Amino acid sequence: MKSEPLSLNYRPVEQPFFTKTGWTVVAVLALVALVIVPILYVAVPQEHPLHLSAYTVTLVGKILCYCIVACAMNLIWGYTGILSLGHGLFFALGGYAFGMYLMRQIGRDGQYQSDLPDFMVFLDWKEYPWHWAGTDSFLWALMLVVLVPGLLAFVFGFFAFRSRIKGVYFSIITQALTFAFMLLFFRNETGFGGNNGFTDFKRILGFDVTSPGMRATLFALSAAALLGAVVMTRYLERSKTGRVLRAIRDSESRLMFSGYNPLWYKLFIWTLSAVMCGIAGALYVPQVGIINPSEMSPANSIEIAVWVAVGGRGTLIGPLLGASTVNGAKSFFTQSFPEYWLFFLGLLFILVTLFMPKGIVGLVNRIMKRDQ
Amino acid sequence: MRLIHCVLGFVLLLCAALPASALDAETIAPLGSNDLMTRIEAIDAIARAGDEQALTLLQALQDGEVYVTGDGQVVIYRDEALDPITLAPLDPQPDDVDSVILNNRMRGKLSTAIGALRLLSPDAAVRRASARAIEGSEDVSLLPILDKALERETEADIRRSLSHTRAILELKSEDPARRLAAVEVLADSSQRRVHELVSRLLLKLPSGEFAEPDAEVRAAATDAVKSIERRLLLLDYFARFFSGLSLGSILLLVALGLAITYGLLGVINLAHGEMLMIGAYATYVTQEVFKTHFPGAFDWYVLAAIPVAFVTAALVGMALERTVIRWLYGRPLETLLATWGISLFLIQLTRQIFGAQNVEVANPSWMSGGVEVLNVVLPYNRIAIIAFSFFVLLLMWLMLARTRLGLFIRSVTQNRTMASCVGVPTSRVDLMAFGLGSGIAGLAGVALSQIGNVGPDLGQAYIIDSFMVVVLGGVGQLAGTVYAALGLGVLSKFIEPHIGAVLTKILILVIIIAVIQKRPQGLFALKGRAVEA
Amino acid sequence: MKPAHDEPLNPSGASSIGHVVTEAVDTSHGPILYLDDITVSFDGFKALNKLTLTVDEGELRCIIGPNGAGKTTMMDVITGKTRPDAGSAFFGQSIDLTRLTEAEIAHAGIGRKFQKPTVFENHTVFENLELAIKTDKRVWASLRARLGDEQLDRISETLRTIDLLEQADRAAGLLSHGQKQWLEIGMLLMQEPQLLLLDEPVAGMTDEETAKTAQLLKTLEGSCSIVVVEHDMEFIDEIASTVTVLHEGSVLAEGGMNEIKSDERVIEVYLGR
Repeated sequence: MKSEPLSLNYRPVEQPFFTKTGWTVVAVLALVALVIVPILYVAVPQEHPLHLSAYTVTLVGKILCYCIVACAMNLIWGYTGILSLGHGLFFALGGYAFGMYLMRQIGRDGQYQSDLPDFMVFLDWKEYPWHWAGTDSFLWALMLVVLVPGLLAFVFGFFAFRSRIKGVYFSIITQALTFAFMLLFFRNETGFGGNNGFTDFKRILGFDVTSPGMRATLFALSAAALLGAVVMTRYLERSKTGRVLRAIRDSESRLMFSGYNPLWYKLFIWTLSAVMCGIAGALYVPQVGIINPSEMSPANSIEIAVWVAVGGRGTLIGPLLGASTVNGAKSFFTQSFPEYWLFFLGLLFILVTLFMPKGIVGLVNRIMKRDQ
Repeated sequence: MRLIHCVLGFVLLLCAALPASALDAETIAPLGSNDLMTRIEAIDAIARAGDEQALTLLQALQDGEVYVTGDGQVVIYRDEALDPITLAPLDPQPDDVDSVILNNRMRGKLSTAIGALRLLSPDAAVRRASARAIEGSEDVSLLPILDKALERETEADIRRSLSHTRAILELKSEDPARRLAAVEVLADSSQRRVHELVSRLLLKLPSGEFAEPDAEVRAAATDAVKSIERRLLLLDYFARFFSGLSLGSILLLVALGLAITYGLLGVINLAHGEMLMIGAYATYVTQEVFKTHFPGAFDWYVLAAIPVAFVTAALVGMALERTVIRWLYGRPLETLLATWGISLFLIQLTRQIFGAQNVEVANPSWMSGGVEVLNVVLPYNRIAIIAFSFFVLLLMWLMLARTRLGLFIRSVTQNRTMASCVGVPTSRVDLMAFGLGSGIAGLAGVALSQIGNVGPDLGQAYIIDSFMVVVLGGVGQLAGTVYAALGLGVLSKFIEPHIGAVLTKILILVIIIAVIQKRPQGLFALKGRAVEA
Repeated sequence: MKPAHDEPLNPSGASSIGHVVTEAVDTSHGPILYLDDITVSFDGFKALNKLTLTVDEGELRCIIGPNGAGKTTMMDVITGKTRPDAGSAFFGQSIDLTRLTEAEIAHAGIGRKFQKPTVFENHTVFENLELAIKTDKRVWASLRARLGDEQLDRISETLRTIDLLEQADRAAGLLSHGQKQWLEIGMLLMQEPQLLLLDEPVAGMTDEETAKTAQLLKTLEGSCSIVVVEHDMEFIDEIASTVTVLHEGSVLAEGGMNEIKSDERVIEVYLGR
């Protein structure tokens, strides 16, 4: 064994939070999303070639929300190796939580001009059910957005992780959970508008939801939330927690015998991930103007996984690339060749898992290495 | 003893065929009256005659074939006027005829009377049907004919039905003793309606008196209600158990294929549902082929569909194994995603070929209808599926336990490397096992096509539930799958009436998670070192 | 070939004891590990059959036995991976191993090396050791954890001890088989355990590597108790003071290597082959 002097002790090389280029890219994107886009959309007149249409802003805003979800999925699947097929559920729950507030804001402007939302009048209900209590408060609605997906994830995750449900077992149980919730929300008696869900929103905090100012605000908020998600992911990635999470993915038993209790790490990242989805859902609903139980269909949740797979799981920007390209492709296909979208999506699932296990990021890395 | 009974029964049957009190013109004549009450009484009188001719006449009346001639003679008119008793053409034919007008009251009367007359038919099946038809009637005028029928009836079940009907009528009797007897007869009924009628006796009228004045009868009625309730509950359990068994056997069929692909190969196949769909569409295609080429043998298309569906699904499964799944062994989460992709692809492909709408798959005639056991109708198609799933289970067990392929599959399951070292062609075994799992899913598709809609989304409805079966039952053992499938099926059907289908699904999920807390590997998984590895 | 520095390997110099198990290991009565009447059965097959075994503090104990004798199952019981059907297992006087989770047991001071080397293949060698280091291992602590100079020095020490200083920045998956075995032992050392369980630590090692390992274990003797399961008789000869022979789930013989070698029954079931 070597016996060099102590001065030759090993010191790890610190990785920067972002590289210089990284910081520049983040700053430029933040500037574009938070300042330039709102100006081009709100302040530039419609005839001007630089004007952004409401359609574009909403579409990009929507994709930003999907990117947050992809980030959340990446935390649990990419880093920790736990494939959730229930993230669509947390997304929808966040959406419903904020949707309740939006429904209360309609006030008497609904078709029946009642204090109650139209669907409740239609069901001949006389008052709000208990779980709607307090939803007319903006702050309480915001808390629900975090609490509902967070608590559900915490309780479900506690029991699932405690009993060491792993791998595909866990995936399938989350899928069953999502499916059960979808059926629950389809029922009128559940009190969330059944099939039709919530729609016809009018105001947030008294401001018109469809006004350019509100759209631009929601867009900027989505961008800010995504930025927050990326910075947080990066922080986790560099922290010891990040290394523990990756260790769970690679060899959970070694980790246990090293004195870590994986339960709390899994529960932490799982709940965090669910809360991120909830926030994304809450930002998504006022932008697209509708939330209904089909958001909870198992297909939606599994599609989230493919965004992350396409981009490259376990990488910082992979999920964002994946979510944007797949959703970009989706809006292209559904407009031009709707009947081929499922073929495309199906093939995407197959080809990515077979030929691009590390996604776009992995592909780019490989090409760059070859060039060097 | 038995023989004597039979002989006795035969003699009695002969008696029944003979007219009791012959129908005569005098009894018939009032039918032609202008007075409604007279006509109604005439129907009763004709019915009392209780012979073949009376039945023919009443049926003719019901069919609107009875007319009155100008001079008040009643005739049956079929192209020409016939004598109402002998059915001989009248000579001379009457000049003008008027139809006998029926109103609703008469129609009601008629159908009970016809039902009652059929009670005397020599054919036991006719009597049985007729006894069933008048069950629960409240027409007191039936009493004489019921007595007459009871006197002759030899079949136990018909007797029981008749005496119940009679007892229901007797409940209205003035005589407390007869009411008491009636209540006692009804105590062994298992019908909801009887329950209602008897418990009505115990109601308090607005005047403060009981509907049944006699205390003794009330006491008997209380007992009777209790006994009927007990029987109804048992029947209800029986019905739920059957539908649970039916659901369970479907889950079993679907999960058996999964048990092979997941349990034995460790491949989670989200396209398993689409293998069901392929099996169901194969059944549809077979049906269409039979329709156009062998219409005579149409009833047997389902049997032909079984091998067709098995082979089609197995081939598709094997093709998928070779092209996609083989490359993903040992990467279960990726397999999950890729097979989901396959599932989307297959669904869309089916939509392109067969259209997005559901296709019609008909039950063969021998599968429609059902058999009544203890007042519960068990549809033949459900029974066939239960039998079929156990048949498939048996075949699969034989295959795994007795054939070389089964031996190979079991060896690969236990230790892939070792198996390959001793010369088991593991890659071929994977292929065959995957084909087998898919083929069984195809068989499940045949079964599903007989009880539900066949559409591109068919598989999606069952896949999650059957995965739950595999999760609960544990991996690598057929017994676990069987218990879990039947258990979940029966359990859901017992919970469903109380809280509804959706909450049942959620509750079942909670139960499964709770069970897994105690038995993380599933209820019936093998314990040991190998499990964790 | 002595490790350059003894101090970091000495558990008594370490900081606080684990957070999960608040009580310290009480070895006031000598033994650090008691297994009493342990029975484990898998579907009727008794992997352990009334196994009774004690290991003293600071002792280096070798366990041998033919395949299926229950060696790995015994380790599973001690580390909480398998719950015994009957019997009791105590760490020191007061820590009931049958009631703790794997992580709690590890935290209480039992380190385990698996038969097949298990390291975090996608982490660097340095990160592997960092994850193993004895510290607060809860989520919140890990979120804010920064390695202090003292800890970095300890990691460097261990890197030197296991001869992987040069490889510190390489992914553990790229190491050779022997190096992985060493890394795993290094990780155990970072945990500052009072009891080390080593399942075939020299399997697949070259003779030179084996000799090194024997050296390492000998230097640890006295500072912590070690239980080694091995098939390599030369290796055992080199390190062992006491040898326990397991057969069909219970202790067949116990004693010095020479004693064991001459035991008739042992020869019959194991050595005599």
